[in-house]
Amino acid sequence: MGMTMTQKILAHGAGLEKVEAGQLIRTKLSLVLGNDITTPVAINEFNKVGFDGVFDNKKIAMVMDHFVPNKDIKAAEQTKQCRMFAGKYDIENYFDVGDMGIEHALLPEKGLVVPGDIVIGADSHTCTYGALGAFSTGVGSTDMAAGMATGEAWFKVPSAIKFELKGELKPLVSGKDVILYIIGKIGVDGALYKSMEFTGEGLKSLSIDDRLCMANMAIEAGAKNGIFDVDEITLKYVNERKQHDYKVFKADDDAEYDEVIEIDLSKINSTVACPHLPENTKDATELSDIKVDQVVIGSCTNGRYSDLKAAAELLKGKHIAKGIRCIVIPATQTIYKQAIKDGFIDIFIDAGCAVSTPTCGPCLGGYMGILAENEVALATTNRNFVGRMGHVTSKIYLASPEVAAATAINGYITDPKSL
Amino acid sequence: MNAHGFAHKYGNNVDTDVIIPARYLNTADHKELASHCMEDIDKEFVNKVKQGDIMIGGANFGCGSSREHAPIAIKESGIACVIAKSFARIFYRNSINIGLAILECPEASEGIADGDEVKIDFDNGVITNVTSGKEFKAQPFPPFIKEIIAKNGLLNSIKN
Repeated sequence: MGMTMTQKILAHGAGLEKVEAGQLIRTKLSLVLGNDITTPVAINEFNKVGFDGVFDNKKIAMVMDHFVPNKDIKAAEQTKQCRMFAGKYDIENYFDVGDMGIEHALLPEKGLVVPGDIVIGADSHTCTYGALGAFSTGVGSTDMAAGMATGEAWFKVPSAIKFELKGELKPLVSGKDVILYIIGKIGVDGALYKSMEFTGEGLKSLSIDDRLCMANMAIEAGAKNGIFDVDEITLKYVNERKQHDYKVFKADDDAEYDEVIEIDLSKINSTVACPHLPENTKDATELSDIKVDQVVIGSCTNGRYSDLKAAAELLKGKHIAKGIRCIVIPATQTIYKQAIKDGFIDIFIDAGCAVSTPTCGPCLGGYMGILAENEVALATTNRNFVGRMGHVTSKIYLASPEVAAATAINGYITDPKSL
Repeated sequence: MNAHGFAHKYGNNVDTDVIIPARYLNTADHKELASHCMEDIDKEFVNKVKQGDIMIGGANFGCGSSREHAPIAIKESGIACVIAKSFARIFYRNSINIGLAILECPEASEGIADGDEVKIDFDNGVITNVTSGKEFKAQPFPPFIKEIIAKNGLLNSIKN
């Protein structure tokens, strides 16, 4: 019996010929990641146990993005703790105000993750890098501390669900619609403990940004990781920025899957996840009676260049509806600068949107757009749990940047096709 | 090792945002985190919970964010063990790593009501609902995980 793509990467990292689902292994890590919320807990544990150094100062990334620029004194203290630790151990990839971006947009953009890598991050959306054919998964702070000290982690080898993609996306439909459609189909624990492996000729119609968005939300189906076959689109992106060599792994022809699900991309419409779970999906056209108070365009899911471009194209020459607030957050400084050059920021501001420096801020109810009692948001973020973006009675609808822009224009949930 | 306390029962897909809302993640202080535990799903939890009590969840308990603050808040609040139908994988991993006992047992998750008196014998994996007199058998941990717990968490097991 052959191995899945994920199993082959893990076997290689563990120095084993072969692994199988359920096996407990210890693998070498290509990169260990943390942010301003999870790293302080890791540092406390690291110090408590008394480690005297990190395994490799080039293979640790710390990105200050959640409550940064600091939202309050406590957040400032946490960032300061990270900054001092990074200074003490000469952490090369420490990103603070001015050069930071949202971690899962920043690391691929900087070429710090490439195909075949094994990455753990103390952030659940670390699974994003599977878009590049890497094995990457979210862990907690203790695992981060152990990873920083030893450069290794333990894993239970996952089984996999294979998603065979075919066809081509319709206009104004993007990666977000595909992943919401899939989560709606399999549920928020539909891939619990498993890999979601994306393959098939349909990949040709998915840009790197589409794939990063889809892999990002694998965790919302409970998956350990989401991973894409490496193709010319991946290699073009990687070769333009890679900071170390890559290795391409392909699933064996006789790999065993728990399930194979065929997805016809041409059948997917603009899809919205209703409160309070990402699996509560409906076509955007069914939700035109939902009035919205705030739209957020950004996050590690949809704050990339093509997301801003899609929103700008719809908002160009228009104004958002009276009474609605629209917040746009480019995910990295590079994306922000390109959006300025290409006139997107002018379009957003002329349309009545607020534009912010990169931050996770509103996505997790941190700051920069907290919701009041009973308010309704439509966001391009990844979770619509109770109280996630503010007051416990507020409601969140998740959607693509295309739906978000159309909704901001009309003031109620809108399928961009209808504009 | 044993536990004996009263059950605090919740439903399916209890996410880490309701276990400890992100607005409190500007601190890593265990006591402060515990003072907001379950706030967005059960405001009264912190007033009701007693040292040694048991938390019961449905399927996919602990889904969402990787914040270790979630199992830390539960542990620090006094909860001796979480029993659920299934756990989200990062929460499961984090609980083992920080030494919060968790048991996957669909029958116990269904057979224990809010407020029931519960006894757990960890060595034999036996959960007893003292109120109803019913007994349940939980999935035992694999030896690898037992070793992490025996060495008092992941970091100590590595350091040793």
